[in-house]
Amino acid sequence: MTPLQGCLLVSALLFAIGLAGAVTRRNAILALVGIELMLNAANLNFIAFWRYGPNPEALSGMMVVIFSIAIAAAEAAVGLALIITIYRHYKTANLDEIRNLKG
Amino acid sequence: MSLPFIIIAVVTLLAAAAAMSLRNLVHCALSLVVALAGLAALYLNLDAQFVGFAQILVYVGAVAILIVFAVLLTRSDATPNQAILAPGWLIGIAISAVVFATLGWSVLHSAGLPKEAPPAPTATVKNIGDALMTRFVLPLEVIGLLLTAALIGAVIIAMREENPNSGSSRDDEAPLSRKSEPPSAFAQLRRDEHVGSCGTEKGGAS
Repeated sequence: MTPLQGCLLVSALLFAIGLAGAVTRRNAILALVGIELMLNAANLNFIAFWRYGPNPEALSGMMVVIFSIAIAAAEAAVGLALIITIYRHYKTANLDEIRNLKG
Repeated sequence: MSLPFIIIAVVTLLAAAAAMSLRNLVHCALSLVVALAGLAALYLNLDAQFVGFAQILVYVGAVAILIVFAVLLTRSDATPNQAILAPGWLIGIAISAVVFATLGWSVLHSAGLPKEAPPAPTATVKNIGDALMTRFVLPLEVIGLLLTAALIGAVIIAMREENPNSGSSRDDEAPLSRKSEPPSAFAQLRRDEHVGSCGTEKGGAS
């Protein structure tokens, strides 16, 4: 197994863990954490291909990861604000108890 | 694959699995910190120093703290023994297992991947700054705009709305407001200003 394949396998396993958490956990915050883990798995893929791919001087993969980190930070802030607002309204953060619109 | 890579990868994956499977939400957040720090170590192992330190600053420093605050703000200690998994969780586990099997099979069987590692590229902060200011200047501006919009949006979403500009029919115009909660200090301040300026509202600052 080459180092690139090792990185890609770690990234795939991290993505699968994040997907399983985002799909199966009841708490909304942990669903958001699962999404963050999936984003980080994609970032690891970018860095691995930047490191082991041809022409790493162009810095393309690294730039994508830097912008992705910024977008993930914005997404986490807005998502957690939404969760806090939902918790104030419904008095719960469990996703399967938030059923009705305009309740 | 070197030994440090294997150790860091195992620690990262175990911490991620713990973050997704523990019962206590604070423990989940702390496991997430370990997983994100392990990812930063993986970036450093892959000769991406700037991204590694940016990961530590942004994720470990900001996002993890934000998640801990959200956990503490939304914690309800009413029913600690309820189920942590949604109904139908077996399907979710199966779907993620299928996704991992597909990704792993395609990684192990693809022929186009480069076999040996090239020498370590030089990505100094000066190179990154040059690239950010020349080739990637438009995405940089867009990211700045996005961060500003997200900052304002997060504040507005999380701010408790008490509908300060309505007159006597406040309850009719605010169907989504929580009537059982006491008004926040901000809404109280706005209401006092309203009372002081108009003088028509009675009993608003009760």
